[in-house]
Amino acid sequence: MKYLDEYRNPEAAAYIGRKIKELAAYQKRSIRIMEVCGSHTMAIARYGIRSLLPENVELISGPGCPVCVTEPGYIDAAIKLAQKGIFIASFGDMLNVPGSKLSLAECRARGAYVETCYSPMRAVEIAEQNPDCEVLFLAVGFETTIAPVITTLNIAVNKKIKNFSMLTAFKLIPPAMKALLSDPEIKIDAFLCPAHVSAIIGAKAYEPFIKENKVPCVIASFEPVEIMLGLLGILQQLRDKEARIENQYARVVKYAGNPKARGIIDLYLRPVDAAWRGLGIISESGMELKPEYKKYDASKRFGIEIKKGKTDSKCRCGDVLKGKITPQECALFSRNCKPANPVGPCMVSAEGSCAAYYKYCKK
Amino acid sequence: MCLAIPMKVKELYEDGFGTVETDGAVYHVNLSLTENVKCGDFVIVHAGFAIEKLNKKEADTRIALFKEMAEMGGGKLKLES
Repeated sequence: MKYLDEYRNPEAAAYIGRKIKELAAYQKRSIRIMEVCGSHTMAIARYGIRSLLPENVELISGPGCPVCVTEPGYIDAAIKLAQKGIFIASFGDMLNVPGSKLSLAECRARGAYVETCYSPMRAVEIAEQNPDCEVLFLAVGFETTIAPVITTLNIAVNKKIKNFSMLTAFKLIPPAMKALLSDPEIKIDAFLCPAHVSAIIGAKAYEPFIKENKVPCVIASFEPVEIMLGLLGILQQLRDKEARIENQYARVVKYAGNPKARGIIDLYLRPVDAAWRGLGIISESGMELKPEYKKYDASKRFGIEIKKGKTDSKCRCGDVLKGKITPQECALFSRNCKPANPVGPCMVSAEGSCAAYYKYCKK
Repeated sequence: MCLAIPMKVKELYEDGFGTVETDGAVYHVNLSLTENVKCGDFVIVHAGFAIEKLNKKEADTRIALFKEMAEMGGGKLKLES
Protein backbone atom coordinates (compact mmCIF):
# COMPACT_ATOMS: atom_id res chain seq x y z
CA MET A 1 0.00 0.00 0.00
CA LYS A 2 1.79 3.12 -1.16
CA TYR A 3 -0.25 5.18 1.19
CA LEU A 4 1.61 8.42 0.62
CA ASP A 5 0.75 8.71 -3.06
CA GLU A 6 -2.90 7.82 -2.72
CA TYR A 7 -3.44 10.17 0.23
CA ARG A 8 -1.71 13.13 -1.45
CA ASN A 9 -3.90 13.33 -4.54
CA PRO A 10 -3.34 16.87 -5.89
CA GLU A 11 -6.64 17.07 -7.77
CA ALA A 12 -8.56 16.03 -4.66
CA ALA A 13 -6.62 18.68 -2.69
CA ALA A 14 -7.67 21.35 -5.21
CA TYR A 15 -11.31 20.30 -4.98
CA ILE A 16 -11.24 20.38 -1.16
CA GLY A 17 -9.51 23.77 -1.16
CA ARG A 18 -12.30 25.19 -3.35
CA LYS A 19 -15.00 23.75 -1.14
CA ILE A 20 -13.33 25.20 1.98
CA LYS A 21 -13.35 28.66 0.35
CA GLU A 22 -17.06 28.34 -0.52
CA LEU A 23 -18.11 27.30 2.98
CA ALA A 24 -15.87 29.88 4.66
CA ALA A 25 -17.48 32.62 2.55
CA TYR A 26 -20.89 31.31 3.65
CA GLN A 27 -19.90 31.89 7.29
CA LYS A 28 -19.14 35.63 6.91
CA ARG A 29 -17.28 35.62 10.24
CA SER A 30 -13.98 34.37 11.47
CA ILE A 31 -13.85 30.69 12.41
CA ARG A 32 -11.28 29.55 14.94
CA ILE A 33 -10.41 25.86 14.78
CA MET A 34 -8.04 24.39 17.33
CA GLU A 35 -5.97 21.26 16.90
CA VAL A 36 -4.67 19.56 20.03
CA CYS A 37 -2.07 17.24 18.59
CA GLY A 38 1.61 17.96 18.03
CA SER A 39 1.62 15.87 14.88
CA HIS A 40 -1.16 18.04 13.46
CA THR A 41 0.81 21.15 14.50
CA MET A 42 3.85 19.90 12.60
CA ALA A 43 1.96 18.74 9.51
CA ILE A 44 0.01 22.01 9.25
CA ALA A 45 3.26 24.00 9.43
CA ARG A 46 5.24 21.66 7.19
CA TYR A 47 2.69 21.62 4.37
CA GLY A 48 1.75 25.29 4.67
CA ILE A 49 -1.92 24.48 5.24
CA ARG A 50 -2.64 27.91 6.75
CA SER A 51 -1.57 29.61 3.51
CA LEU A 52 -4.21 27.64 1.62
CA LEU A 53 -7.10 28.73 3.82
CA PRO A 54 -9.33 31.77 3.38
CA GLU A 55 -8.62 34.65 5.76
CA ASN A 56 -11.58 34.00 8.02
CA VAL A 57 -10.52 30.41 8.84
CA GLU A 58 -7.94 30.47 11.58
CA LEU A 59 -6.07 27.35 12.68
CA ILE A 60 -4.89 27.55 16.28
CA SER A 61 -2.41 25.17 17.81
CA GLY A 62 -3.36 24.01 21.27
CA PRO A 63 -1.53 21.99 23.92
CA GLY A 64 -0.88 19.03 21.67
CA CYS A 65 2.57 18.18 22.84
CA PRO A 66 2.83 16.26 26.15
CA VAL A 67 6.44 17.34 26.64
CA CYS A 68 5.47 21.00 26.25
CA VAL A 69 2.74 20.82 28.91
CA THR A 70 4.97 19.16 31.50
CA GLU A 71 5.89 21.55 34.30
CA PRO A 72 9.60 22.33 34.76
CA GLY A 73 9.28 20.86 38.26
CA TYR A 74 8.97 17.40 36.68
CA ILE A 75 12.35 17.86 34.99
CA ASP A 76 13.77 19.08 38.32
CA ALA A 77 12.49 15.91 40.05
CA ALA A 78 14.01 13.71 37.33
CA ILE A 79 17.32 15.54 37.65
CA LYS A 80 17.31 15.12 41.45
CA LEU A 81 16.86 11.38 40.98
CA ALA A 82 19.57 11.26 38.28
CA GLN A 83 21.94 13.06 40.64
CA LYS A 84 21.35 10.28 43.21
CA GLY A 85 22.76 7.79 40.70
CA ILE A 86 19.45 6.44 39.41
CA PHE A 87 19.54 5.46 35.73
CA ILE A 88 17.07 7.63 33.83
CA ALA A 89 15.53 6.36 30.58
CA SER A 90 13.45 8.83 28.62
CA PHE A 91 11.88 9.65 25.29
CA GLY A 92 14.33 11.81 23.38
CA ASP A 93 12.52 15.13 23.31
CA MET A 94 12.47 15.41 27.11
CA LEU A 95 16.23 15.73 27.24
CA ASN A 96 16.65 19.32 26.12
CA VAL A 97 13.62 20.74 27.92
CA PRO A 98 14.84 23.29 30.48
CA GLY A 99 13.91 22.58 34.09
CA SER A 100 14.12 25.39 36.65
CA LYS A 101 17.92 25.38 36.28
CA LEU A 102 19.17 22.49 34.18
CA SER A 103 17.95 20.19 31.47
CA LEU A 104 18.43 16.41 31.54
CA ALA A 105 20.95 16.73 28.71
CA GLU A 106 23.02 19.12 30.84
CA CYS A 107 22.67 16.75 33.77
CA ARG A 108 23.95 13.93 31.57
CA ALA A 109 26.88 16.08 30.47
CA ARG A 110 27.77 16.39 34.15
CA GLY A 111 27.97 12.63 34.57
CA ALA A 112 24.42 11.39 35.26
CA TYR A 113 23.14 8.21 33.61
CA VAL A 114 20.48 9.37 31.15
CA GLU A 115 19.57 7.37 28.05
CA THR A 116 17.06 8.15 25.34
CA CYS A 117 14.69 5.43 24.17
CA TYR A 118 12.42 5.16 21.17
CA SER A 119 10.39 2.62 23.14
CA PRO A 120 9.77 2.23 26.90
CA MET A 121 10.77 -1.45 26.43
CA ARG A 122 14.38 -0.26 26.22
CA ALA A 123 14.10 0.94 29.84
CA VAL A 124 12.98 -2.54 30.93
CA GLU A 125 15.89 -4.10 28.99
CA ILE A 126 18.32 -1.79 30.79
CA ALA A 127 16.78 -2.76 34.15
CA GLU A 128 17.10 -6.48 33.32
CA GLN A 129 20.71 -6.10 32.18
CA ASN A 130 21.64 -4.06 35.28
CA PRO A 131 19.87 -5.72 38.24
CA ASP A 132 21.95 -3.83 40.83
CA CYS A 133 20.99 -0.46 39.41
CA GLU A 134 17.71 1.43 39.87
CA VAL A 135 16.22 2.26 36.47
CA LEU A 136 13.52 4.85 36.08
CA PHE A 137 11.47 5.65 32.98
CA LEU A 138 10.13 9.17 32.45
CA ALA A 139 6.55 8.29 31.62
CA VAL A 140 5.26 11.39 29.83
CA GLY A 141 2.54 11.25 27.21
CA PHE A 142 -1.07 11.40 26.16
CA GLU A 143 -3.33 8.42 25.63
CA THR A 144 -1.43 7.11 22.58
CA THR A 145 1.73 6.79 24.65
CA ILE A 146 0.09 5.77 27.94
CA ALA A 147 -0.99 2.44 26.40
CA PRO A 148 2.53 1.31 25.30
CA VAL A 149 4.13 2.57 28.52
CA ILE A 150 1.67 0.72 30.76
CA THR A 151 1.96 -2.42 28.62
CA THR A 152 5.70 -2.16 29.25
CA LEU A 153 5.09 -1.86 32.99
CA ASN A 154 2.88 -4.94 32.81
CA ILE A 155 5.75 -6.85 31.19
CA ALA A 156 8.12 -5.67 33.94
CA VAL A 157 5.61 -6.72 36.63
CA ASN A 158 5.13 -10.16 35.06
CA LYS A 159 8.89 -10.63 34.80
CA LYS A 160 9.15 -9.61 38.49
CA ILE A 161 11.74 -6.97 37.70
CA LYS A 162 12.56 -5.36 41.03
CA ASN A 163 14.69 -2.39 39.96
CA PHE A 164 12.30 -0.68 37.53
CA SER A 165 9.95 2.27 38.19
CA MET A 166 8.34 5.22 36.40
CA LEU A 167 7.95 8.91 37.12
CA THR A 168 4.56 9.54 35.60
CA ALA A 169 3.20 12.71 34.00
CA PHE A 170 0.43 11.18 31.90
CA LYS A 171 -2.21 13.56 30.60
CA LEU A 172 -5.59 13.17 28.90
CA ILE A 173 -6.83 15.18 25.93
CA PRO A 174 -10.64 15.46 26.40
CA PRO A 175 -10.41 17.23 29.82
CA ALA A 176 -7.91 19.69 28.30
CA MET A 177 -10.30 20.41 25.43
CA LYS A 178 -13.02 21.16 27.98
CA ALA A 179 -10.72 23.51 29.94
CA LEU A 180 -9.66 25.36 26.77
CA LEU A 181 -13.25 25.83 25.68
CA SER A 182 -14.18 27.35 29.02
CA ASP A 183 -11.50 30.06 28.67
CA PRO A 184 -13.34 33.11 27.21
CA GLU A 185 -10.08 34.62 25.95
CA ILE A 186 -9.38 31.71 23.63
CA LYS A 187 -12.68 31.47 21.67
CA ILE A 188 -12.75 28.13 19.88
CA ASP A 189 -15.44 27.25 17.32
CA ALA A 190 -14.38 23.68 16.60
CA PHE A 191 -11.70 21.07 17.23
CA LEU A 192 -9.61 19.01 14.88
CA CYS A 193 -9.16 15.91 17.03
CA PRO A 194 -5.95 13.89 17.29
CA ALA A 195 -5.64 10.76 15.17
CA HIS A 196 -3.89 8.30 17.44
CA VAL A 197 -5.20 9.49 20.79
CA SER A 198 -8.60 8.82 19.19
CA ALA A 199 -7.45 5.34 18.15
CA ILE A 200 -7.07 4.55 21.85
CA ILE A 201 -10.09 6.37 23.34
CA GLY A 202 -12.48 5.96 20.40
CA ALA A 203 -14.75 8.46 18.67
CA LYS A 204 -17.35 7.95 21.40
CA ALA A 205 -15.03 9.46 24.02
CA TYR A 206 -15.75 12.93 22.61
CA GLU A 207 -19.53 12.58 22.75
CA PRO A 208 -20.12 13.72 26.35
CA PHE A 209 -17.90 16.76 25.71
CA ILE A 210 -19.74 17.63 22.48
CA LYS A 211 -23.18 17.10 24.05
CA GLU A 212 -22.27 19.57 26.80
CA ASN A 213 -20.45 22.12 24.69
CA LYS A 214 -22.06 21.84 21.22
CA VAL A 215 -18.77 22.16 19.35
CA PRO A 216 -18.07 20.41 16.02
CA CYS A 217 -15.21 17.91 16.22
CA VAL A 218 -13.53 15.97 13.43
CA ILE A 219 -10.92 13.23 13.84
CA ALA A 220 -8.39 13.46 11.02
CA SER A 221 -5.08 11.85 10.16
CA PHE A 222 -1.85 13.81 9.74
CA GLU A 223 -1.83 13.62 5.96
CA PRO A 224 -2.14 17.18 4.58
CA VAL A 225 -5.06 16.42 2.24
CA GLU A 226 -6.87 14.69 5.08
CA ILE A 227 -6.28 17.66 7.38
CA MET A 228 -7.94 19.83 4.74
CA LEU A 229 -10.81 17.38 4.46
CA GLY A 230 -11.12 17.50 8.24
CA LEU A 231 -11.41 21.28 8.12
CA LEU A 232 -14.04 20.96 5.40
CA GLY A 233 -15.98 18.57 7.64
CA ILE A 234 -15.91 21.18 10.40
CA LEU A 235 -17.14 23.93 8.08
CA GLN A 236 -19.94 21.67 6.88
CA GLN A 237 -21.06 21.07 10.48
CA LEU A 238 -20.95 24.81 11.18
CA ARG A 239 -22.98 25.52 8.03
CA ASP A 240 -25.59 22.93 9.06
CA LYS A 241 -25.50 24.13 12.68
CA GLU A 242 -24.49 20.67 13.82
CA ALA A 243 -22.15 19.60 16.59
CA ARG A 244 -21.04 15.98 16.46
CA ILE A 245 -17.94 13.81 16.31
CA GLU A 246 -17.03 12.96 12.73
CA ASN A 247 -14.49 10.19 12.37
CA GLN A 248 -12.51 10.79 9.20
CA TYR A 249 -9.84 8.29 10.20
CA ALA A 250 -12.05 5.21 10.32
CA ARG A 251 -9.29 3.04 8.85
CA VAL A 252 -7.62 3.25 12.28
CA VAL A 253 -10.06 4.83 14.74
CA LYS A 254 -13.04 2.76 15.84
CA TYR A 255 -16.11 4.16 17.58
CA ALA A 256 -15.20 2.31 20.79
CA GLY A 257 -11.44 2.79 20.38
CA ASN A 258 -8.99 0.10 21.46
CA PRO A 259 -10.52 -1.89 24.36
CA LYS A 260 -7.30 -3.84 25.03
CA ALA A 261 -5.37 -0.60 25.44
CA ARG A 262 -8.02 0.91 27.69
CA GLY A 263 -8.25 -2.30 29.71
CA ILE A 264 -4.59 -2.34 30.59
CA ILE A 265 -4.62 1.39 31.34
CA ASP A 266 -7.59 0.91 33.71
CA LEU A 267 -5.80 -1.98 35.41
CA TYR A 268 -2.82 0.11 36.47
CA LEU A 269 -3.89 3.74 36.47
CA ARG A 270 -6.54 5.96 37.97
CA PRO A 271 -7.54 9.53 37.01
CA VAL A 272 -6.04 12.37 38.99
CA ASP A 273 -5.96 16.18 38.78
CA ALA A 274 -2.92 17.29 36.80
CA ALA A 275 -0.92 20.48 36.38
CA TRP A 276 -0.51 21.50 32.74
CA ARG A 277 2.16 24.04 31.94
CA GLY A 278 0.39 27.19 30.83
CA LEU A 279 -3.09 25.90 31.61
CA GLY A 280 -2.90 25.33 35.34
CA ILE A 281 -4.51 22.43 37.15
CA ILE A 282 -7.18 20.60 35.16
CA SER A 283 -9.52 18.30 37.03
CA GLU A 284 -9.07 14.56 36.33
CA SER A 285 -6.84 15.29 33.36
CA GLY A 286 -3.96 13.11 34.46
CA MET A 287 -3.37 9.50 35.40
CA GLU A 288 -1.36 8.03 38.24
CA LEU A 289 -0.44 4.52 39.26
CA LYS A 290 -2.95 2.90 41.60
CA PRO A 291 -1.79 2.46 45.24
CA GLU A 292 -1.23 -1.30 44.77
CA TYR A 293 1.49 -0.48 42.21
CA LYS A 294 3.21 2.18 44.29
CA LYS A 295 6.54 0.36 44.25
CA TYR A 296 6.69 1.11 40.52
CA ASP A 297 5.77 4.78 41.11
CA ALA A 298 9.12 6.57 41.36
CA SER A 299 7.66 9.53 43.26
CA LYS A 300 6.60 7.16 46.09
CA ARG A 301 9.50 4.72 45.71
CA PHE A 302 12.09 7.48 46.13
CA GLY A 303 10.01 9.91 48.18
CA ILE A 304 10.21 12.78 45.73
CA GLU A 305 7.61 15.49 45.25
CA ILE A 306 6.99 16.97 41.82
CA LYS A 307 6.67 20.72 42.30
CA LYS A 308 5.72 23.37 39.76
CA GLY A 309 9.27 24.62 39.20
CA LYS A 310 10.36 27.96 37.75
CA THR A 311 10.13 29.26 34.22
CA ASP A 312 11.89 32.17 32.58
CA SER A 313 9.69 35.24 33.17
CA LYS A 314 9.85 36.16 29.48
CA CYS A 315 8.86 32.67 28.30
CA ARG A 316 5.39 32.65 26.75
CA CYS A 317 5.03 28.91 26.18
CA GLY A 318 1.91 28.99 28.33
CA ASP A 319 0.17 31.46 25.99
CA VAL A 320 1.37 29.55 22.91
CA LEU A 321 0.00 26.31 24.35
CA LYS A 322 -3.41 27.88 24.86
CA GLY A 323 -3.44 29.30 21.37
CA LYS A 324 -3.56 32.87 22.72
CA ILE A 325 -0.50 33.87 20.72
CA THR A 326 1.37 32.39 17.80
CA PRO A 327 5.04 31.56 18.40
CA GLN A 328 6.07 34.56 16.30
CA GLU A 329 4.28 36.84 18.76
CA CYS A 330 6.65 35.77 21.55
CA ALA A 331 9.49 38.29 21.90
CA LEU A 332 11.99 35.49 22.45
CA PHE A 333 11.05 33.49 19.34
CA SER A 334 13.96 33.05 16.97
CA ARG A 335 16.01 35.56 18.98
CA ASN A 336 16.93 34.27 22.44
CA CYS A 337 14.91 31.09 21.97
CA LYS A 338 15.95 28.75 19.18
CA PRO A 339 16.14 24.95 18.94
CA ALA A 340 19.85 24.96 19.79
CA ASN A 341 19.29 26.97 22.98
CA PRO A 342 15.61 26.85 23.88
CA VAL A 343 14.10 28.87 26.70
CA GLY A 344 10.87 26.88 26.84
CA PRO A 345 9.63 23.41 25.87
CA CYS A 346 7.60 24.52 22.82
CA MET A 347 10.87 25.17 20.99
CA VAL A 348 12.47 21.91 22.06
CA SER A 349 9.97 19.21 21.42
CA ALA A 350 9.69 17.57 18.03
CA GLU A 351 5.99 18.41 18.20
CA GLY A 352 6.17 21.82 19.82
CA SER A 353 4.42 24.77 18.15
CA CYS A 354 7.51 26.98 18.30
CA ALA A 355 9.71 24.25 16.85
CA ALA A 356 7.19 23.82 14.00
CA TYR A 357 7.05 27.54 13.28
CA TYR A 358 10.84 27.88 13.53
CA LYS A 359 11.39 25.07 11.06
CA TYR A 360 8.67 25.90 8.54
CA CYS A 361 7.23 29.38 9.07
CA LYS A 362 10.06 31.59 10.29
CA LYS A 363 10.06 34.00 7.38
CA MET B 1 5.33 11.69 19.46
CA CYS B 2 2.09 10.36 18.07
CA LEU B 3 3.21 10.36 14.46
CA ALA B 4 2.78 6.64 14.18
CA ILE B 5 2.87 5.17 10.68
CA PRO B 6 1.42 2.05 9.08
CA MET B 7 3.85 -0.84 8.86
CA LYS B 8 3.37 -4.26 7.28
CA VAL B 9 3.48 -7.29 9.58
CA LYS B 10 6.22 -9.74 8.53
CA GLU B 11 6.40 -12.26 11.37
CA LEU B 12 4.44 -13.01 14.52
CA TYR B 13 6.02 -14.56 17.60
CA GLU B 14 4.35 -16.42 20.46
CA ASP B 15 5.35 -13.89 23.10
CA GLY B 16 3.17 -11.09 21.67
CA PHE B 17 6.01 -9.55 19.69
CA GLY B 18 6.62 -9.59 15.96
CA THR B 19 8.44 -7.86 13.14
CA VAL B 20 7.03 -5.19 10.88
CA GLU B 21 8.52 -3.43 7.90
CA THR B 22 8.22 -0.12 6.15
CA ASP B 23 10.26 1.04 3.17
CA GLY B 24 12.63 -1.89 3.59
CA ALA B 25 13.40 -1.24 7.27
CA VAL B 26 12.39 -3.98 9.70
CA TYR B 27 11.39 -3.35 13.32
CA HIS B 28 10.70 -5.59 16.29
CA VAL B 29 7.43 -4.48 17.90
CA ASN B 30 4.96 -5.54 20.56
CA LEU B 31 1.57 -6.51 19.12
CA SER B 32 -0.30 -7.28 22.36
CA LEU B 33 -2.51 -4.18 22.04
CA THR B 34 -3.97 -5.45 18.75
CA GLU B 35 -6.24 -8.36 17.87
CA ASN B 36 -6.50 -10.83 14.98
CA VAL B 37 -3.36 -9.56 13.29
CA LYS B 38 -1.99 -11.74 10.49
CA CYS B 39 1.17 -11.51 8.43
CA GLY B 40 0.59 -9.06 5.60
CA ASP B 41 -1.75 -6.87 7.68
CA PHE B 42 -0.80 -3.26 8.33
CA VAL B 43 -0.53 -1.97 11.89
CA ILE B 44 0.01 1.52 13.28
CA VAL B 45 3.25 1.56 15.26
CA HIS B 46 4.07 4.00 18.06
CA ALA B 47 7.02 3.78 20.47
CA GLY B 48 7.70 0.15 19.53
CA PHE B 49 4.08 -0.95 19.93
CA ALA B 50 1.37 -1.65 17.38
CA ILE B 51 -1.57 0.36 18.70
CA GLU B 52 -4.14 -0.60 16.07
CA LYS B 53 -4.62 -2.68 12.94
CA LEU B 54 -5.35 -0.79 9.73
CA ASN B 55 -8.79 -1.52 8.30
CA LYS B 56 -8.01 -2.12 4.63
CA LYS B 57 -11.65 -1.75 3.56
CA GLU B 58 -11.90 1.70 5.19
CA ALA B 59 -8.54 2.66 3.68
CA ASP B 60 -9.75 1.67 0.19
CA THR B 61 -13.02 3.61 0.72
CA ARG B 62 -10.98 6.67 1.60
CA ILE B 63 -8.76 6.38 -1.44
CA ALA B 64 -11.87 5.96 -3.62
CA LEU B 65 -13.27 9.17 -2.08
CA PHE B 66 -10.14 11.08 -3.07
CA LYS B 67 -10.39 9.71 -6.62
CA GLU B 68 -14.02 10.85 -6.78
CA MET B 69 -13.08 14.33 -5.56
CA ALA B 70 -10.25 14.48 -8.09
CA GLU B 71 -12.74 13.75 -10.86
CA MET B 72 -14.86 16.73 -9.78
CA GLY B 73 -12.04 18.56 -11.40
CA GLY B 74 -10.61 22.03 -11.35
CA GLY B 75 -6.89 21.82 -11.17
CA LYS B 76 -4.16 20.43 -8.97
CA LEU B 77 -2.96 21.43 -5.55
CA LYS B 78 0.32 19.72 -4.79
CA LEU B 79 0.99 19.59 -1.06
CA GLU B 80 4.68 19.02 -0.63
CA SER B 81 6.86 19.96 2.29
